[in-house]
Amino acid sequence: MIKSKAKLLQLTVTLTACAFLFIPTVMSVMAGVTANYFKGISSGVTLKWVFQVWELYADSIFLSLWLALACLVVTFIIGLPAAYGLARHPGWFSRVLEEFISLPLAVPGLALALALLQLYGTMKGFRTSWTFILVGHVLYTLPFMVRSILAVLAAMDLKTLEEAAASLGASPPRRFLNIVVPNAMPGILAGALTVVTLSIGEFNLTWMLHTPYLKTLPVGLADSYASMRLEIASAYTLIFFIMIVPLLMAMQWASSRAQRIAN
Amino acid sequence: MTLHLTNTAKTFSDGTRALLPIELTVKTGEIMSLLGPSGCGKTTLLRIIAGLETPDTGSQIFFDDDDVTLQQVEDRKVGMVFQSYALFPNMSVRGNIGYGLKMQKLAPDKANARINEVLEMCQLEKLALRSIKALSGGQRQRVALARAIAPRPRILLLDEPLSALDASLREVLRDELAVLLRKFNITAIFVTHDQAEAMAIADRVAVMDHGTIVQSGTPEELYRNPQSMFVAKFVGSAMLLDGSCKGKKLTLAGGVQDLPKNTTDELVFVRAEDVHISKKGSLTGTVQTTTFLGTHYRIGISGIASGVLTSILAGQTAPNIGDTVKVSINPEALLILPNGAHKE
Repeated sequence: MIKSKAKLLQLTVTLTACAFLFIPTVMSVMAGVTANYFKGISSGVTLKWVFQVWELYADSIFLSLWLALACLVVTFIIGLPAAYGLARHPGWFSRVLEEFISLPLAVPGLALALALLQLYGTMKGFRTSWTFILVGHVLYTLPFMVRSILAVLAAMDLKTLEEAAASLGASPPRRFLNIVVPNAMPGILAGALTVVTLSIGEFNLTWMLHTPYLKTLPVGLADSYASMRLEIASAYTLIFFIMIVPLLMAMQWASSRAQRIAN
Repeated sequence: MTLHLTNTAKTFSDGTRALLPIELTVKTGEIMSLLGPSGCGKTTLLRIIAGLETPDTGSQIFFDDDDVTLQQVEDRKVGMVFQSYALFPNMSVRGNIGYGLKMQKLAPDKANARINEVLEMCQLEKLALRSIKALSGGQRQRVALARAIAPRPRILLLDEPLSALDASLREVLRDELAVLLRKFNITAIFVTHDQAEAMAIADRVAVMDHGTIVQSGTPEELYRNPQSMFVAKFVGSAMLLDGSCKGKKLTLAGGVQDLPKNTTDELVFVRAEDVHISKKGSLTGTVQTTTFLGTHYRIGISGIASGVLTSILAGQTAPNIGDTVKVSINPEALLILPNGAHKE
């Protein structure tokens, strides 16, 4: 099977790297189902900690899911027309605008959160509502939505397709619904999965913006690490994994599909 | 439907005058070709007729008695075949063809009957459910045509519909397109930069240059009686015989050529098929190139005029490169055109 020393070396390096990444994860997950971490796995396997996490942090989990969904809706409503506008009017101005939308990626989440707090911190009702965190998430995830739709739209001759539809009697709204949206779908899907995944996992911004009554999944994670026993923190990680890994896999699939169309 | 344009012009926002004021009438059922080099304004004119481009104020476009100048493209009821075909990738062949009918809100059973009819006419029955990504270039062209024709447009507009195809396929599809367009029995305008295409398909050709129509007529008229140097060169690639005219004689670098009439200040052109290599010829030149084309040879001869003169030679053998040959040209075959009427 293994033909040469070079191949053997490659395999060893790869496996070592994998082990380096996987073992801590596996350890952590195992800790989450171990009856007593200090005694080791021999103390028995239990789901007690997982249930306890659920009792303590179910609100965080639901808040995160709700936020991700709301974030998706908002980025879609803003992102699709924005990407369409940028694709239909290419030029230096669009490029500048695109960079501008992408700016929140370059600015650290903490700085972004600070800016939001300085500007809106005094508006009590808004400051303590979940929509405040939503604003931060939208700012952070919008460029991903816009860019992935834009990539698909830019790959086709949108102008001529629309002209063709117009010559067949389609009004501007019909052209948008029948031609632009269906053809942008792979980009929308890839963007949507990215937005949801990022929103669920976002910590930086959210940690600054959250209130004690509004903890998202990652904020709760940090909280459990800081204040709970190790088994509970580990069980929390396990729940986080179960939620995020399928999303990541779906995202991979969708973006590779979008890329195939864009090429 | 009769198309009638008066005073139609287009100036782009940067001041470029793409189209100078034009008058054009296309009769019911006529297939008109707009022929010209790239940048001559032919596509702009087509897009103005379609409603995809707004002409300058003062322009007027009539479809029969209906003034459509201010009508939006979606209200004009035109059928358009784009250079890239612009088929909708999110729809099947059937979906593409049915789109215009859906926009007209035609009842589903009627729409289906119409789609089937068009599919049959364009020989697309077997491809009806295919995705457009799974079609060849020629098939795409037929789908684009079927889609444009299905809603029964008032006029069919085709923008270089053959240029996206392979050269080998182009000639076959050109003849196929000519047959199809006549089967539809519709007023059609066809934009092309290829004179052979225009000749093969159109009833009437309008040759365009620098934003104006320089001459229009049947393909035969344009070929036999070009009115300017540009048309002579563009339609049938006429070659200039540059020398000095005196009475009925034209003195060239390679000898003296008889002319059909007294000529002084005009230009003399000849087409390759009228340049004969013959021992009795009055002109002498040197063979520069020989190209074997199956049915004939194309011989490039230098030394007669300032440019290379091309001759079509139907025969079994060709002279060798470097040979000196005698050339004769029938005076009646010469094209004598006014000088400076059109700069190129």
